Formats: sequence, C-alpha cells, structure tokens
Amino acid sequence: MAYFLQQLINGVTLGSIYGLIAIGYTMVYGIIGMINFAHGDIFMVGAFIALIAFLALTAIGVTAVPLALLLVLIIAIGLTAIWGWTVERVAYRPLRGSFRLAPLITAIGMSIVLQNFIQIAQGARVKPLQPVITGGYELFQQGSFTVIVSNIQILIVATTFLVMGAFWLMINRTALGRSQRACEQDRLMAALSGVDVDRTISLTFVLGAGLAAVAGLLYLLYYGVIDFFIGFIVGIKAFTAAVFGGIGSIPGAMLGGLVIGLIETFWSAYFTIEYKDVAAFSMLAIVLIFFPTGLLGRPEVEKV
Amino acid sequence: MTETDKTRDQKLVSALSDSLLAAIIAFALFSLVLGLRTVDSATGLTLLPRPGLLATVVVIVFFGRLALNLFVWQAHYPLTAPFAKLFTSEPFDKRDLMTFSVTLALAATVVVTGFVLGAAIYGLLGTVVLLFIGLGLLRRVVLERFPSLPYAQIFIAGGIAFALFFPIVTYTIESAFRLGLPLRYWFDLSILILTYVMLGWGLNIVVGLAGLLDLGYVAFYAVGAYTFALLATHFGLGFWICLPIAGAAAALWGIILGFPVLRLRGDYLAIVTLAFGEIVRIVLLNWTDVTGGPNGVAGIPKPTFFGLPFSPFAEGMTFSKFFGVPYDGLHALIFLYYVILVLALLTNLVTLRLRRLPVGRAWEAMREDEIACRSLGINTTVTKLSAFATGAMFGGLAGCFFATRQGFVSPESFTFIESAIILAIVVLGGMGSQLGVAIAAVVMVGGFEALRHTAGLQAIFGSDFDPSLYRMLLFGIAMVGIMVWRPRGLVSYRAPTITLQDADTISGDLVRQGRG
Repeated sequence: MAYFLQQLINGVTLGSIYGLIAIGYTMVYGIIGMINFAHGDIFMVGAFIALIAFLALTAIGVTAVPLALLLVLIIAIGLTAIWGWTVERVAYRPLRGSFRLAPLITAIGMSIVLQNFIQIAQGARVKPLQPVITGGYELFQQGSFTVIVSNIQILIVATTFLVMGAFWLMINRTALGRSQRACEQDRLMAALSGVDVDRTISLTFVLGAGLAAVAGLLYLLYYGVIDFFIGFIVGIKAFTAAVFGGIGSIPGAMLGGLVIGLIETFWSAYFTIEYKDVAAFSMLAIVLIFFPTGLLGRPEVEKV
Repeated sequence: MTETDKTRDQKLVSALSDSLLAAIIAFALFSLVLGLRTVDSATGLTLLPRPGLLATVVVIVFFGRLALNLFVWQAHYPLTAPFAKLFTSEPFDKRDLMTFSVTLALAATVVVTGFVLGAAIYGLLGTVVLLFIGLGLLRRVVLERFPSLPYAQIFIAGGIAFALFFPIVTYTIESAFRLGLPLRYWFDLSILILTYVMLGWGLNIVVGLAGLLDLGYVAFYAVGAYTFALLATHFGLGFWICLPIAGAAAALWGIILGFPVLRLRGDYLAIVTLAFGEIVRIVLLNWTDVTGGPNGVAGIPKPTFFGLPFSPFAEGMTFSKFFGVPYDGLHALIFLYYVILVLALLTNLVTLRLRRLPVGRAWEAMREDEIACRSLGINTTVTKLSAFATGAMFGGLAGCFFATRQGFVSPESFTFIESAIILAIVVLGGMGSQLGVAIAAVVMVGGFEALRHTAGLQAIFGSDFDPSLYRMLLFGIAMVGIMVWRPRGLVSYRAPTITLQDADTISGDLVRQGRG
C-alpha cells in the first residue's frame, strides 16, 4: 500500500508535466488540424533556456531561490514563446492551404532542426543541475518503507494546476479564447465574422510554447538533468496524452497527461523499467484504435 | 496604394524596419541558447559567453533580410527571377543575360581565388554556381533546339547504363593501369547510395503512391535485417534463402502492424507508425536473449556467387579458384554492388508494373481523395494494407542486404532519424516520382558524404569545426525549405497515371489542408 501510494504521487507529478505539454498539442490540433511534431522540441528548448537563464542569474548574483525561479520562469516563457511563434511563422504558415501531409513533414523537419541546433550550440553531453529545491514531507511509514512527498513534487503539481486554472479561464472568458474557439469550429466563418485567424493561430502557438516552457522548467527541476534529445520521447508521450484525453479538449489533455504519467510510473514500478516507453506507445495505438475520440473528445465528422 | 506604387523611400523604410524586427527576434531567439554556452567544470555547469557569435548571427539575419527585402521581395525586378526562368520556357531579356554574366563572372572569380589560395571550398562553391547556371542554360538551349526528344527516357537509360557498367569499367581500368583509384571507397559509397535508393523506392509505394505517411519505415528494415541475422547465426542459413524469408517476414509485420492502424486518418497514422518503429527498436534493444540487446548480432555471412564464396582461405571451391583469377577483396564488393542494384531495380520494376494494375490505380486514387475512393466502392482498408505490406517487403529485402553487407546489426542502425532520412528522400524527390526519388537519394547521401570530409570548411571555420555535426541540421532545413517552396518535390512530381481529360490541376492541389 505504501509503495503504491508513493508511485501514485510520482505518477501524478510526471503526469502533470505531460499534461502541460499535451495542451500545446491539443490546442494546435484543435485549431488547424495538424500534429505539431516539433512541440516536444519546443519543450526541450524551453528546458535549455530555463537552465541557461538559471545559471546566468546565479552568475550575476541572484541567489535567492524563489526570486531566481520566478525570473527564470518569466524568461523561459517569454523566449520559448518567441521560438514557438517563429516555428509557426517559418514552417507552418506558408503551408496553410497546402495538402495535409505538407505541414506534418515540415514539422518533422523543424523537430530535426531544433534538436541539432541545440546539440551544436550547447553540446551533446547531458546537462546536470544541482538540486534547487530540496526536502519534503514524510507522510507515513509502513514497515521500512516511508512514503515521501517532496517539495519539488508539491511545487510541480501546484504550478500545473495553477497554470491550468488560469489557462482554462483564459480560454473560456477572454476575447482571445473566444476567437480561438471560433477558429476551432470553423476557420472560414470565423474570418468572415472579423476574427484575425492568422493572429489567433500565432497566439495559439505562443501560448502552447509558453506552457511547454513551464513544463521544461519543472522537468529540469524534477530530474536535474536534460539533454538535446529529451523532447522526442516526452513529446510522443504528451501527444499520446492529448489523444487519450480527446484531441482538441483542454481538460482532456490534462486528464490524459495524468493517465499516461500513472501508467508509465506503475509499469516501471511493477513490471520492467526498460519497457515503460513501449507501454506508453502501445497505449497510444490502443487508444487510437478503440477510442479514436479519446475520453473527452467530440466525435469528428468527416466532410467532403 | 499597392506594393508597386510605393516610392523608393517608403520601400527602404519598410525594408529597414522589417529587417530590424527580424534582427530583434533573432537576438531574442539566440541570446541564451547561442550567446551563452554551458560548459562542464569542477563545480558543475558554468557559462561561457559568446557575444561575437551572437552578434555575427544577428548581423547576418539583419543584412540577409534587408537584401532579400530590397532585391527580391519588394523589387520590380527580383534578382532571383532570371534563375527561376532557367527552369521554365519564358524568353530571356537583356537584363536576365546581364544578371547571368555578372553572376558567372563572380563565380569564376571565386573559383580562381580559391585556386590561387589553395582553399578547395571556394572552388567547390563557385563550381556549384557555375554548374547550376551552365546546366540550366544548356537545358534551355537543348530544349529549344530539340523540343520533342524523350529526355526523361534518355536520362533514365543513361543512369541505368552508368550504374550497370560503373564498377566493371573502373575495376578494369584500375587493374590495367594501376592508377591508385580509391575503388573500395567508391564502391562502398555507391552501395550505400543504392541501399537508400531502394529504401526510398520502397517507402515511395507507401507515401508517394498510396499517400500514407509512414514514420516507422525503419522498423521493417530492422525486421528484415534481424530476420537474416538470426537465421544465419542460429541455423546457418545463407543469404539467398533468407532474402525471400526476410521480405516475407517484413511484409507479414507490415500486415500485423498495419491491420489495426490503417483505419486511422493521415496524421494519426503517422504518429502510430512512429510509435511502432520505436517499439520495435526498444524490443530489439532489451530482448537480450534473442537479439543480443545493444551488442547486436555479429558474424553474419556474406552472400555467395551461386554457391561460390568470396574468400582467400575457404575450403573447397571459391569464386577466385573457379574463375582462375587471383583473389581480390574487391570482387566481393562488386558482387554486393550488383546485388543491391538488382534489388533496387526490382523494386522499381515491381512498382512500375503495380501502378498499371487495379491495385496501383486504387493507391493513387486513394492518395488523391480517400472519400471519393470509398464512394466508388474501393475497399480502402485492403488497398492501404496492400500498399503497407508491399512497401514493408521491400524494406525487409533492403534490411536483409544491409545485414549481409555490414556483417553486423544492432538497434543503433534503426533509429527514428533513419526513417526521417528515407522520408526526406521521398519528399525531396517528389512524392510518387521514381526518378525523383533516385536523384534525391544520390544527392542527399552523396551530399552527406561530401560534408563528412571537407578540409576546406575547416580552413574557414577553424580546426575544431566538425562538418558532420551540421549534416542533420542542413537536412532538417532542407526538409522545411523544400516543403515551403516546392511542396510537390524538388526534382519532379508524379501526376496520376490516368486522368479523364487534360490534367489541369489535381484535387490534391485544391484540397484544403485539414480536411482531405
């Protein structure tokens, strides 16, 4: 029971990070119907920006951890959002109206570009960071096994739910959220009613990248080590989460993230850690085949 | 007021502000990730500032964007226009000829400078420009003189003849005159290129003809390679017996993996095939008892020439003893070359034949419009599955050949990047075009190889510059660039084999992205 509870805590933490990234996939899919394959790498770039910003702040003498983390969060969100905007502007916008596989192919190209750019600019070695947030609470003890919830886990889950809540309000209550939902339903009609479609799509990428940057920072703080390749696997899992929750649905992405995080953690804990990625990928295939609309998604009507 | 009505000053101001904005964005993008380098040190990571590099990049972005704004995007006479004209049949005017002569003169100067300084890279760059314009002009001149020659056929026949005679001729010349040609390297490289040609043609069936984006093609390549590797090391079976088995095993896996996922729509299918590709790789990596895990399988035998092995020591009859020639390691290599050449041409032949059969027609119809296809009573599941299995089979055959050529297989050879390279070859060649895919494979694999050892680049960028690091970067940029500028492929584009009347536009060009 204690072991199970510990894995549950770990799984929810991991799932929160996946959920944040999954929102980026689900929003973009909802609005322009494409898989933003480079989103996982945007997350990776976000993690690198957070790492470098943190080191730079330490170097110039900002050592108070809460202040430093707040500044890192702002810098990472800002700069990663510009990356997201640039990727959309360079690789996707020119192809709007092209055949449907075209943007998917540029997305793969963009993913390769981002990975290799970071590899060249920052080196292929893994980048370690000393633990910034330490300590935790011992919940209870059973035999020799102690269930611990660490401060960083609390921070991750709390941040995720805070960001999610703010985001949900934004989608449902602001003008931007309204035009986003309009574009999602019918882009042409939205344009005819005065919504600036290109701007809305750009902002969608900017927001998605911002959330990916938050996820990148949390990932960096949780694992304490990143490299240029983390975006690939994490990206596919987050995409699985988005599909699982029902692509296009934002609460679904969060739910899917939690489910995928839990599946992965429990699989590693009770079966074999080597095959944890296989479990996540098989989950993707099973979900797509048996529940193509996901948990909270709407059935899609194919139109000619 | 339209773009053309703007005055000179307005143009300059808008170009400047646009370039300034681009430079600011570039600064924001690169400030942290390029301007500061993380370095390992005794106390953990530290930062190494690189202001010079950052400034260079920002300045390049500013002036590059300014030049594009002034001379291409906003100009009455874009500087790129005459070069684009090379590939159409529009007549040249005086200005075009001026541009060409200036460019040619510049390129020639660069070549001469490079020759004088002894820096090969200048010569290479200049020669590429000279060749580009020269070939373009030649093409125009020849086309105007002889407008009705079957150029594509001549080109294909020439290419096949070259591929057929290249090793024999070079080997004969080498053994007659002892010029010291790097034959082993040439043959190795051409075998590599032909392997990619074959993989490209195999994937072309799935992506180009049937329009199914398969991001896990390398899984079938791996299945073929491991089938042969395991059969050979455990049961002592030879290459020729295992070749069809490997093809069949890959096709079977294509059906097994394809059956559940082929009901999915295009981009879902892409992601699921990607996931399957990764699953296959992870299983190969971790199923140590059977696959040897990360150590792979070694000691895979080479193919025999109708039962005659290529070996200086083997007991009994060998190739060199049978023909009464002295043993030469190159014989085996030349044989491997012909094996892969025949396999590749077989792939091509089967594709060309299949395209004329009902199933091939159904593939193309499905690529153009799946809903129309279903409305006409074509069973799209069976059609997709057949394309998937056929493509997988050729992947498996290529994998079997890969295993025998390397003599060693490990999961490292079957990463997602490999799938992406094959996909890029198909995309850059023009999806569905056989000739385009072959040319793209030659250009890309050859280009990669050229990047691997260009000492000239190091002369420019310093001795710690490793050009092979930039291969994948260039590759990704090429994938994005070509999709943006020529979405139907750089080399050529294959229209549907049959159309009812004149093929003006095909539906694929009209279908809006997102619903198709």
